[in-house]
Amino acid sequence: MEQNVVLEMRDISKNFTGVRALSHVDFTLRKGEIHALMGENGAGKSTLIKVLTGVHEFESGTIHMDGKTGEIVNHSPQEAQENGISTVYQEVNLCPNLTVAENLFIGREPRKLGMINWKEMNERSEKLLESLNIHVPPTQMLDECSVAIQQMIAIARAVDMKCQVLILDEPTSSLDDDEVEKLFVLMRRLRDEGVGIIFVTHFLEQVYAVCDRITVLRNGELVGEYETKDLPRVMLVAKMMGKDFDDLADIKSAHEGKKTPETTPVIEAEGIGHKGTIKPFNIKINKGEVIGLTGLLGSGRSELVRAIYGADKADSGKLKVNGKEVKINSPLDAMKLGMAYLPEDRKAEGIIADLSVRENIIIALQAKRGMFHPLSRKEMEEAADKYIDMLQIKTASRETPIKSLSGGNQQKVILGRWLLTNPEYLILDEPTRGIDIGTKTEIQKIVLDLADEGMAVTFISSEVEEMLRTCSRMAVLRDGEKVGELEESELSQSSIMKAIAGGDDKNE
Amino acid sequence: MNKDKLKKITGARLFLPIICLIAVLLINVIKTPDFFNISVRNGVLYGYIIDVINRASELVILAVGMTLVTAASGGQDISVGAVMAVAAAVCCQILSGGQASVTQYQNSIILAVVAALLAAALCGAFNGLLVARLHIQPMVATLILYTAGRGIAQLVTNGQITYIRVDSYKMAGGYIGKCPIPTPIFFAIATVVVVALILKKTALGLYVESVGINGKAARLVGLNSTMIKFLTYVICGVLAGIAGIVASSRIYSADANNIGLNLEMDAILAVALGGNFLGGGKFSLVGSVIGAYTIQALTTTLYAMNVKADQLPVYKAIVVIIIVTLQSEVFKKFIAGLKSKKASGAVAEGGQKA
Repeated sequence: MEQNVVLEMRDISKNFTGVRALSHVDFTLRKGEIHALMGENGAGKSTLIKVLTGVHEFESGTIHMDGKTGEIVNHSPQEAQENGISTVYQEVNLCPNLTVAENLFIGREPRKLGMINWKEMNERSEKLLESLNIHVPPTQMLDECSVAIQQMIAIARAVDMKCQVLILDEPTSSLDDDEVEKLFVLMRRLRDEGVGIIFVTHFLEQVYAVCDRITVLRNGELVGEYETKDLPRVMLVAKMMGKDFDDLADIKSAHEGKKTPETTPVIEAEGIGHKGTIKPFNIKINKGEVIGLTGLLGSGRSELVRAIYGADKADSGKLKVNGKEVKINSPLDAMKLGMAYLPEDRKAEGIIADLSVRENIIIALQAKRGMFHPLSRKEMEEAADKYIDMLQIKTASRETPIKSLSGGNQQKVILGRWLLTNPEYLILDEPTRGIDIGTKTEIQKIVLDLADEGMAVTFISSEVEEMLRTCSRMAVLRDGEKVGELEESELSQSSIMKAIAGGDDKNE
Repeated sequence: MNKDKLKKITGARLFLPIICLIAVLLINVIKTPDFFNISVRNGVLYGYIIDVINRASELVILAVGMTLVTAASGGQDISVGAVMAVAAAVCCQILSGGQASVTQYQNSIILAVVAALLAAALCGAFNGLLVARLHIQPMVATLILYTAGRGIAQLVTNGQITYIRVDSYKMAGGYIGKCPIPTPIFFAIATVVVVALILKKTALGLYVESVGINGKAARLVGLNSTMIKFLTYVICGVLAGIAGIVASSRIYSADANNIGLNLEMDAILAVALGGNFLGGGKFSLVGSVIGAYTIQALTTTLYAMNVKADQLPVYKAIVVIIIVTLQSEVFKKFIAGLKSKKASGAVAEGGQKA
C-alpha cells in the first residue's frame, strides 16, 4: 500500500439480482484529505459506501486499511466502526428523543458500578462539543437542535470513536448556506487532524469549496480520480453525465421565445395564514407562470404553500381559485380544485415506500376519484407506463417497490403521480433536493414545459441559481412572513440575496 | 432455470405460512393416521379435519378484521373477544325477552341479529374513534373494551347465562337442514369472500395499505387517513359480532364469560403467522386465513394427542415461537448469510486454482 493511504478499495464488484451495481471499481483515500465521490443517481456511490461499511456484501474485490494487516471485510456498520470507518448519513440517524450527550455516547456509555455515569457522560460531551466548536448544551434534547447541529453531532460521535475514515453521505442537502459553511469548517479541521473524509454530494460548488480530490463513478464503473484543481466544473459534469456538456443555463432562453404574457390568475390568496407558521399573506398566481418562493430555511416557504393546499388548514383569509371563492379543509379539497403538491420531505411525506411504482403513481388520481371508482388494472398500468416513459424513470419494472429506486427517480414518480391528476396549479417544494444534476435539469425543463402549456407552478428551492433558471417571478419570505415580490426584470442573484437578507427598503 | 423457479416459489409471500400449515398437518398424519379420514355419521360429516375447519371459523372471521385493523393502524384490536360476547349477549337477550331460558323466540330473529351487529359495530366505532381521531395507541384504546366488554355483556344479560333452546337458533353453529357440512364453515367462507370482493372491487385495499405505510403521504395525496382507520375498526367490530353470534349459536346461549375468551390473541397470531407485518402496511388476507387454520389445526392436534386443556397454551407457545422465528427477517438473513458464505467459499477456492 502506498504511503499516506488510509483506505484502499480494489476491483470491487457487486450485483443486485442480475443488475450490475458496481463493476471493478477502485477507490483510494489518503490521510488528511477530503475526497468527493461524485456521480449521477444510480452511478454506484451509495452502493460503494454501503459495501465499504458492511451494509451490503460484495462479490469480488479487496479492501485494505492502514494499520490493519490483510484484507478487511465488514459485515455490519458496527464492525466498520470498530475498524475505524464511521458514516454520517443524509438523514440523521440519531435518536431525536434523547439528549445530545446520550446520542454521543449511546452504546458506549461511561459506566460506574454497572450504572451509567451521567455526570461523566455530560462532561465528556461538553468537552467534545467544545473542541469541535459546536455550541449546544449536552443535556438538550436532540430534536430541539437544528438539522445542521444534529448533523454535526453525528460527526462528533464519529470523531470521538477515533475514526480514520469518515464518510459524509449528502450531509448538506438539508442545510442552509451558513450551516454548510460551519460544517465545512469542521470538516477542514478534521482533515488537518489527519482524518480521511469521503464526501458524497450533489452540490458542485461545495465540491470545489472543500474537496482535495474527486472520484467520479458512472453506471457502476470508475471514470477516474482527479485533483480538484485540475478538473474544471464543466469537465466534471461532462464526466458524470458521460456526454458533452450542454449548457444548463440555456434551458430557459429556449423557452423565452414561446412565452406569451398571461394574466389570468388561477390562485388568488388574500390574507391566508396559519397561526404559528405563516403570517397572513396575499399572493396571485397566474396561468402559465412559474412563481418562485425564496427565503432561508424556515422562513415560511413551505408553510405558505401548505396553507394554500390545505396541508395545514388556513385559519384566516380568503382564497379564490379561477376567480371563485373556495374553502379548503383538506388536501383532497385542494386536489379537486386542480391543485397538486409535491412535498418538501420526499421520504416522510412523498413516497409510500412499500408500494410499487405503479401504485405510487396512481394513488393521487385514485384518491381523487374516490374509493368506489377504482381504476382498473389496465388503466393503472397504462398510466404508470406513460409516466415511467415520459419522465424516464429508471426502475426495474412498474411493480418494483418505490423504496428501491434512487432518490431522483422516486421524485420523478411523485411528479408523475401529480401530473396524472392533470392539475391546473402545481406546487413543487424542493423538487430537486438530493438529486443528481442530470435529473435536476430534466425536472427544471419539465417545469418550464408545463408552464408553457398553461399550468401555474410554484417552485421552491434553496438554490438561487436554479430558481433564476426556472422562475418568472419570485415571492420573498422572511421569518414566517411574505415580505415582497421580485418581477422578472429584477431577478438576479444579488437582488434575491438582498431581498432574502432584508434591509432592502423596496421590499418592506 | 429450475433454480429461478424454486427461488420464485420460496420467495413468495405466502410460501412460509403454507409450509407451516402443511408441517402442522403432517405431524398430525404421523401422530394420528386417521387425521384426514372423513366419514358420514347421522347424516353429517365427521373427522378431525372437518373439526379443524369447523372450529376455526370464528377465528377466521376475526382474523380478517384483525388484518385490516393491523394494516391501517399498525396496531391490533384486542377487544374482539369481548365484542363477541357483547354481540352474543345482545342477540340472546332480545330473543329471550329477558328470561333465562326460552324454547321460543320472544322477538324476531332478524331484529336480534341486526341489533347484535349494530352493538358490535358501535364497539368497533368506539375503538376507531379512540385510535383514528384521538390517536391513542390501538393496544391501549382497545384495552378499554377488552376489560369492560364482558362486563357490558353481563349487564345486558343481567348476569345470567341466557339459553335459547330453539332449533333454528342452533343452525348458525350447527347444521342447516340436511346439509352435512357444519354451518360455521359457510360463515367463514362468506366473510372471506365478501371482504376479498370489497377489497378487489373498491380501492379500500390500496387505501388501507397507503395509510398504514405512510399516513402523512396518504393525507397529502387526498386520502382521509382518519376515516380509513376508523372504518377498519368498524369492520373489525362487525366481524367480531358475526363471530359472536356463531359462537353463541354453537352453545345456544350467551355465556358472557366464555364466548370468544382469549380468541383475540389467536386472531393476532393468525395475522402474524400469515406473514403480515404487525406494524401495518402491506397485508395478505389469505395469509391471515391460512394462519387461522394453522392455529386451529395445532389446537386440535394437541387435543388429539391428549394434552390437557390447561397445559395447551404451553405447547402452543412453543410451536408459535418456532413458526415466528422461521418467518423473522433476522432468521432469513442468517440463512442467506450461511448460503452466501458457502458460495463465497467456493469462489475463493476457484480463485486460488486460477
